[in-house]
Amino acid sequence: MLSLFRPAAVLLALFTALTGMAYPTVLTAIAQFAFPGKSGGSLISERGKVIGSGLIGQPFNAPEFFWGRPSATQFVPYNAKASGGSNLGTSNFALHEAVKARIKALRNADPENHAPIPVDLVTTSGSGLDPHISPAAAYYQFRRVARHRNLLEDRVRALVDQHVEDRLLGIWGEPRINVWRLNRALARMK
Amino acid sequence: MIVNSFLLPRPGGTDPVGRPPRAERRHTPKVDTSGLYRRALVAAFRKLDPRVLVKNPVMFVVEIGTVLMLLATLAPDLFGPGQAGRGYNVTVTLVLLLTLLFANFAEAVAEGRGKAQADSLRKIKGETTAHRRRPDGTIEDVGSSSLHKGDLVRVDRDEIIPGDGEVMEGVAYVDESAITGESAPVIKEPGSDIASSVIGGTKVVSDHLIIRITADPGQTFLDRMISLVEGARRQKTPNEIALTVLLAVLTLIFLLVTIALGPYAAYSKVPVPLATLVALLICLIPTTIGGLLSSIGIAGMDRVAKFNVIAMSGKAIEAAGDIDTLILDKTGTITFGNRLAADYLPVGGQAERNLAESAMAASWQDQTPEGRSIVAMSARMGLGDRAEWGAATGIEFSAQTRMSGVDLPDGTSIRKGAADAIKRYTIEGGGRVPPDLDAAVRTVAELGGTPLVVVRDMTILGVIYLKDTIKPRMRERFEQLRRMGIRTVMCTGDNPITARVIAQEAGVDDFMAESKPEDKIRYIREEQAKGKLVAMSGDGTNDAPALAQADVGLAMNSGTHAAKEAANMVDLDSDPTKIIDVITIGKQLLITRGALTTFSLANDIAKYFAIIPAIFATGFPQLQALNVMRLANPESAIVSALVFNALVIPALIPLALKGVKPRVSSAEQMLLRNVLLYGMGGIIVPFIGIKLIDLVVGLAMR
Amino acid sequence: MTATAVLQIAYYLIILLALAVPLGHYMARVYTGEAHVAQRILDPVERLFYRLAGVRTDDDMTWQRYAGAVLWFNLLGILAVYALMRVQDALPFNQSNLGPVVPQVAWNTAVSFTSNTNWQAYGGESTLSYLTAMLALTVQNFMSAATGMAVLVALIRGFTRRSAQGIGNFWVDLTRGTLYVLLPLSCILAIVLVSQGVVQTLSPPVNTVLVDSSASAYGKGLLTQIIALGPVASQIAIKQLGTNGGGFFNANSAHPFENPTPLSNFLELESILLIPVALCFTFGAMVRDRRQGWALLSVMFLIFVPLLAICVSAEQAGNPLFASLGVDQHAGDLQAGGNMEGKEVRFGIVSSALWAVATTAASNGSVNAMHDSFTPLGGLVAMWLIQTGEIVFGGVGSGLYGMIVFAIVAVFIAGLLVGRTPEYLGKKIEAKEMKMVSLVILVPAAGVLIGTAIACVVPAGTAALGNPGIHGFSEILYAFSSTANNNGSAFAGLTASGIFYATTQGLTMLLGRYWIIIPILAIAGSLAAKKIVPPTSGTLPTHTPLFVLFLAGTIMLVGALTYFPALALGPIAEHLLIAAP
Repeated sequence: MLSLFRPAAVLLALFTALTGMAYPTVLTAIAQFAFPGKSGGSLISERGKVIGSGLIGQPFNAPEFFWGRPSATQFVPYNAKASGGSNLGTSNFALHEAVKARIKALRNADPENHAPIPVDLVTTSGSGLDPHISPAAAYYQFRRVARHRNLLEDRVRALVDQHVEDRLLGIWGEPRINVWRLNRALARMK
Repeated sequence: MIVNSFLLPRPGGTDPVGRPPRAERRHTPKVDTSGLYRRALVAAFRKLDPRVLVKNPVMFVVEIGTVLMLLATLAPDLFGPGQAGRGYNVTVTLVLLLTLLFANFAEAVAEGRGKAQADSLRKIKGETTAHRRRPDGTIEDVGSSSLHKGDLVRVDRDEIIPGDGEVMEGVAYVDESAITGESAPVIKEPGSDIASSVIGGTKVVSDHLIIRITADPGQTFLDRMISLVEGARRQKTPNEIALTVLLAVLTLIFLLVTIALGPYAAYSKVPVPLATLVALLICLIPTTIGGLLSSIGIAGMDRVAKFNVIAMSGKAIEAAGDIDTLILDKTGTITFGNRLAADYLPVGGQAERNLAESAMAASWQDQTPEGRSIVAMSARMGLGDRAEWGAATGIEFSAQTRMSGVDLPDGTSIRKGAADAIKRYTIEGGGRVPPDLDAAVRTVAELGGTPLVVVRDMTILGVIYLKDTIKPRMRERFEQLRRMGIRTVMCTGDNPITARVIAQEAGVDDFMAESKPEDKIRYIREEQAKGKLVAMSGDGTNDAPALAQADVGLAMNSGTHAAKEAANMVDLDSDPTKIIDVITIGKQLLITRGALTTFSLANDIAKYFAIIPAIFATGFPQLQALNVMRLANPESAIVSALVFNALVIPALIPLALKGVKPRVSSAEQMLLRNVLLYGMGGIIVPFIGIKLIDLVVGLAMR
Repeated sequence: MTATAVLQIAYYLIILLALAVPLGHYMARVYTGEAHVAQRILDPVERLFYRLAGVRTDDDMTWQRYAGAVLWFNLLGILAVYALMRVQDALPFNQSNLGPVVPQVAWNTAVSFTSNTNWQAYGGESTLSYLTAMLALTVQNFMSAATGMAVLVALIRGFTRRSAQGIGNFWVDLTRGTLYVLLPLSCILAIVLVSQGVVQTLSPPVNTVLVDSSASAYGKGLLTQIIALGPVASQIAIKQLGTNGGGFFNANSAHPFENPTPLSNFLELESILLIPVALCFTFGAMVRDRRQGWALLSVMFLIFVPLLAICVSAEQAGNPLFASLGVDQHAGDLQAGGNMEGKEVRFGIVSSALWAVATTAASNGSVNAMHDSFTPLGGLVAMWLIQTGEIVFGGVGSGLYGMIVFAIVAVFIAGLLVGRTPEYLGKKIEAKEMKMVSLVILVPAAGVLIGTAIACVVPAGTAALGNPGIHGFSEILYAFSSTANNNGSAFAGLTASGIFYATTQGLTMLLGRYWIIIPILAIAGSLAAKKIVPPTSGTLPTHTPLFVLFLAGTIMLVGALTYFPALALGPIAEHLLIAAP
């Protein structure tokens, strides 16, 4: 059986070189050449400073912004250094309480709105970095945002419409809106 | 062949007409079964001995559970607080004990039957006095049990043959009914392959025999048969071992499931009494098959013995169920072994009636089946007895002349015989050969028959078509075998043309023509090289190597000692087709095991639905949604499941002993049928059974 | 289920089959060493590897030597991963100056990745340096997958060879599987994933400024967001293809950098089942009876599809406790609705449930939604698929060899029912095979049941739970089910990095992998030595719908009987509790 040691050790070393070094580094080179932006995290810079990633959500809780999904990441919401979900079970009282608190916050920010609240607005995402909300969640909020920004509701609504990304080929994924992009567009509106 | 001896009852089915079909001859041993159940009941208690039970992992677990429950009943504090009431504990203990007793009882009944059979065989064997011949030729009387291989004994009329042996001198009738159930005595004589071996325990009814003993004490057929039916030497067969492994691992898994339930319940802060855990465990482990497994095996051996077959091991019987290829001798197995007259083909412009009359005359004194069939056929044409035939001089068949016949008092000579022999005889006698004779001879040969040419006073009259007659229902049986996936191969010394015709008519899948014993071995080896299991039956000394080579070799009891030694089964009735029954029994064994295993496991679903909601009735009231049987209360639910589990065992004892009948159908159909019956049935039956028991128990426990 | 859901699942399965059929036949050619395009290109590499390692391709190994080779190679793999983690602080490519991984997590992760489990006791971006991710995790992603495939191929040789001593050469199987199957597929997938936004960089994390400065009220005055990056795509590709599942990031494929778009999600989903499904065709091709491969695949689909339907329906139905709170959980054109806790908006219910069922059916264990937050029934489906032994698709190689073991059990019982000593693919199934088969069934079950039982009663076991009560029990049960069956997904509320869980789960992963591989190879050796019995009309055909149903029934019966009590106290009780409050 000791005769098996040499091939085991040598092959492990060779494959470590091949799949652990050559493969990721060559791929990195190809990726950075072919998709320089995307391979680097889809980062968006403004005046030479990185202001965010088009794929990673950010926390919003001022009433004049569209709110994204609650985040359960460690230490701070939308902690992009430690992704993760709440892992609360459906029957967990803590989940029930958290959802009640989020509902209360939404209602407080928008007392006139008595519509049922889209579920994604009161539940945390799996990554805690979900950049999206459902169109329903955006439409639920646009009046509040318009009011706080003194914008016409229709203009805000139209902006939301523009930001809806549909399912891939009408089948895969779900309709969604990137909150960070929507809010950035909102900030640019006069 | 021995001319004129055919009137004696000869084993091996060579009798064309006399004997009833085999199935009706089935041997029913004169076995004393009185008190069988009483004895089994006693044995059921005796088998509680853990040293006995440990061999059966499933039932051993039940025994441990019973002991635990007994302790819990006697000293409830032993297992900590939160234990159930004493009445409940007592009930569970009793039901567990009952489960054990039922399983033991099943085994004891199966063993008891075998034992009863063995006892009746022992009575036959008894200790008899043997007249041993000393080397100097004098006779000394010794006990039969002190006879050894090679001893010569003399057995006189009305004496019991003291041991298995070979006839060296004398010709005598022997009554073998005690062993074979065949009432007519058979002739035994030295020299012949077939008739020279005798079995200890049989009785000489005429004349006397000098016999050379061929088995040491304890090794005789009777000894082997006794230990076989008694199950004393019963070893687990490979398949049984494999199944035991599977059952053991399932038992182990259920043991873990049950043990783990304790900590789960502790996490959920729901106390679960020991009695309930033990009850759950016993319900889950496959007690039905575990309790009946050995009974099935014993009963299988028993069934084989009832067919008058001695199997050297249970393994051989199971192997029989797996046979892919079956090699059968044509003569005596597929055909009656006698060519019988089927038609007359006149040649040279002769009248058929003329030919028929001459043939009848030539055969008048011929006592062979062929000769008698010729007489019978001519008689059917309205021809009758002529006084001068009786007075005629018979010319017997000889290997030199290859013809037989008569010389009538008026000088007329009639001969019948092989075509070339008659042709030579005619030409030498100055006669001439009609031009259409060869065509007629060929016609008969192509039909698979044997042509016998008849010549009267050097005038060739025509050809007798002797046909090999296939036994009734052989075609059907081969068809059944084919559907079971067994290829049949006919083995014959005939030429290929004849062999093909018979093979087609009998419906076998393949044939070996002009085969010599070596050809059989070669054929078997070739099949085995392809991974097939081969069975064959045979009786002659030159069959012995092939019998040994075959995976299943069935020797005829009438056969030679060598054949019997080489085979792993011996048929006491010397019926070569019986191998088909052995195959069926082999299959039956497996199917019964499979059916009960499936049933046993399928039962667990209903038991879970009874027990799990019951265990957690207080801690998880929502689990009552799983109480689909609406059982009265938790205790009643658990006890009902346990009672059902116990009662299933005696309910299935008859099935275990009788075996599930294998259907002649494709494997697919058989699987479908058995899955529906024992799988689906195994799921549904306990729901009904447990509910019914609960209706009774629930009332009592209210 | 909605029409979109049905369409999405149907397209998923059709495309899966369309990809798997050619791949399966290609793999059969790879393992039989027949000429193929990739071999011509990579042949020099293959030969160089053999020369350096001193491997002779014609060295036919007995099952004992084959097992020895597997164990040596995996042992060295475990040691290498452990060592790399313990000293990562002293090595380059440590993007955030991370310290050494604590011993129990290093041990757990080393076993986890070599055993193809990829249970994450580590936090990914917060625990591992880029170098560790590449040299330890990515390498073992390839090696553990190639090992599983090699063992499967050895088992298949057991069926195809007659009266043979050897079952092939592990080094050759390992090398060919890696060079010609895993590496090319991973390269293609990785590039496509980058095109969707999966990161592939060696740059350190970046700092960004939050758009909504008031959002700092949530946190502790932080106005910046640090975004973790890394060589992700290269690891994700093999993690999905090799049924590994160990994420670069803690959130696994729920993380937008691991799985940014519906298209990336679709591709990663296809990758989960691609090789396990293709191997069914490889099996059919190698035993020269394609119907046998289709039959086993049908069994998998037969179990997979109904469970998928249950999971999707349960998740779509949402959390019944939210109904009274004024939360809208209905599915519509504007939202996915349903139980969105722990799920991403871009995936919604259907893609998340489909992923959960696929990843637990296969022993992948990657997630794009948090299983812990699934409805009790949805979680039950995931958990039970793991508990059936990871044979419905299962791990690459390991799933099919597990399925073959169950086929042997089914053949054994069915053989009894038709009165013949059971045979599968012409090989007689006897006591020796049944003993090994018993081990394969017993060991993972024992790991789950005993592990869960211990964790239920020791304080360290219950202290690590993320949810109280019934759901806490489900977390324990899921954890041991996942590790003992080498899945790797989790009810992640359970803190797996403590000494108790990291150590015990490491043990269950070891048992669940190697105490299966050894008996499997023993079966391979024993079968190879047998003759092949030609089928007759009395042979039970193993490619017919009846046998498929029988095998599926056997699997479900064994799975149900072993886990019913545990499931009753976990997800079933939880479901009944919230369904009828």
